[in-house]
Amino acid sequence: MLQIEDLQVSYGGIRALKGVSLEVGAKEIVTLLGSNGAGKSTTVRVISGLVIAQAGNIRFEGKNIKNLPPHKIQRHGLVHIPEGRKVFANLTIKENLLMGAYYTRAKSELSRLFDRVYDTFPILSSRSQQLAGTLSGGEQQMLAIGRALMSKPRLLIMDEPSLGLAPMVVADVFRIVEKIRDEGVTIFLIEQNANAALRIANYAFLLENGVISLEGPGYELLTNPKVKQAYLGGVSE
Amino acid sequence: MDYSFALQQLVYGLTVGCLYGLLAIGYSMVYGVLRLINFAHGDLLMVSAYIGFFGIVIFHLPWPVSFAGAIALTALLGILIDRGAYKPIRKSPRINALITAIGVSFLLENVALVTIGGRPKSFPTPGFVSGAIVVGDVSIPTLSVWVFVVTVVLLTLCMAVVKKTRIGIAMRALSRDMETVMLMGVDKDRVISFTFALGSALAAAGGIMWCMKYPAVEPFMGVIPGLKAFVAAVLGGIGSISGAAMGGMILGLAEVFIVAVQPEWSGYRDAVAFFLMIVILLTRPTGIMGERLPD
Repeated sequence: MLQIEDLQVSYGGIRALKGVSLEVGAKEIVTLLGSNGAGKSTTVRVISGLVIAQAGNIRFEGKNIKNLPPHKIQRHGLVHIPEGRKVFANLTIKENLLMGAYYTRAKSELSRLFDRVYDTFPILSSRSQQLAGTLSGGEQQMLAIGRALMSKPRLLIMDEPSLGLAPMVVADVFRIVEKIRDEGVTIFLIEQNANAALRIANYAFLLENGVISLEGPGYELLTNPKVKQAYLGGVSE
Repeated sequence: MDYSFALQQLVYGLTVGCLYGLLAIGYSMVYGVLRLINFAHGDLLMVSAYIGFFGIVIFHLPWPVSFAGAIALTALLGILIDRGAYKPIRKSPRINALITAIGVSFLLENVALVTIGGRPKSFPTPGFVSGAIVVGDVSIPTLSVWVFVVTVVLLTLCMAVVKKTRIGIAMRALSRDMETVMLMGVDKDRVISFTFALGSALAAAGGIMWCMKYPAVEPFMGVIPGLKAFVAAVLGGIGSISGAAMGGMILGLAEVFIVAVQPEWSGYRDAVAFFLMIVILLTRPTGIMGERLPD
């Protein structure tokens, strides 16, 4: 569904990505792991058009989307939930969701989208008139996911959805990620929490110093000694 | 100061205040979205005045046509200024945009000076704004009633657009987080253009009414009202529409009442605005309605 070949990005003389190649298969959860500064966020920011790539190819459903403006990429069905949730704190929950469906004009379609999001996240429904800034971190993450679902994504990029959340909420978030995948949306997941991500991922890539150093099915990386030692806390079972 | 005298001054103050407010809203909206003080905004008042003047005097168009034409063309100019001058340097440091804005302001003024000339032109007064309504000892000029009604209608419309419509929601979202708005599939440049168009249209409406009150059209007529409107926007809390309108009213009333109480200070009328700005910047830099930004 998404193919990336030899992607290269430099900012201010520093080469952040030195030739990243990866592939995300349809209706799977694919995760990209790596430590801080490995280039995970840069990778997804290039995919969604926020950062310009110097070289390489990005194809989404066969179409070349490299270096298109972000709003055009989004309208292809590739929706990116940014790191840190980035809900619009000064808008109400309903207005936040409406921003996700900016180009959906038909009333019936719009109410169907609202219903689906409110079904998945009942908390958003009961607080629809509240300002998003008043929500807790976990609720803001639900809103960020809900807002992305309003855009009818075929591929959803999630950058660190568990960042800064309590363990119980993290478990909720991962359950929802699986549920969305089961509904037919492909998910490209960036995570620091390698353990949880690998447990739900169909396939995983490990990014180190701007290149993919390892890849394989999620369960395989979970038992890989190198991954265990560097990313899973090194606890031997 | 007796009762009817105070009421009379209130009428004058509100009239001027409405005009400052209309102009201040454009400053405030553009700042809210782009964090840019568009110093060329005041000159749009002059552009609108000339368009209105030519429409009526040269082309003999009826008042409403001329008025609407001035608003539409000024709104278009607002979009062109953004696309031509500000968009190419969107990613540069803010100071570059500020200096560019001052440049655009000088450009508009001097193009008007070279092409039209510096001699003030006398703006015709339409019949429907002459005269006054006399209530007891207070005389309310018909123009003041028009200014007040038009301002209230435009302000209400503008606030409804920002509050209720999709593009208004996008404007508010953009003021907080441009990148995430782009990730929502929204073309940010269209939202920015809309903001310039809306702000410029209000300035244009203010410009025509300004000319009915002070009927001399000349290339630099927008400078002082522009600065005053900027003060009004800061006073109300730049970024806030209702704050801008309120700042305009406060400024208009303050100017009129200071001169009414102390006629010998009338020469300092323009200083009132800047004195108020210094006070607000020292005591409450975010303005009356402004909120603290997590900058």
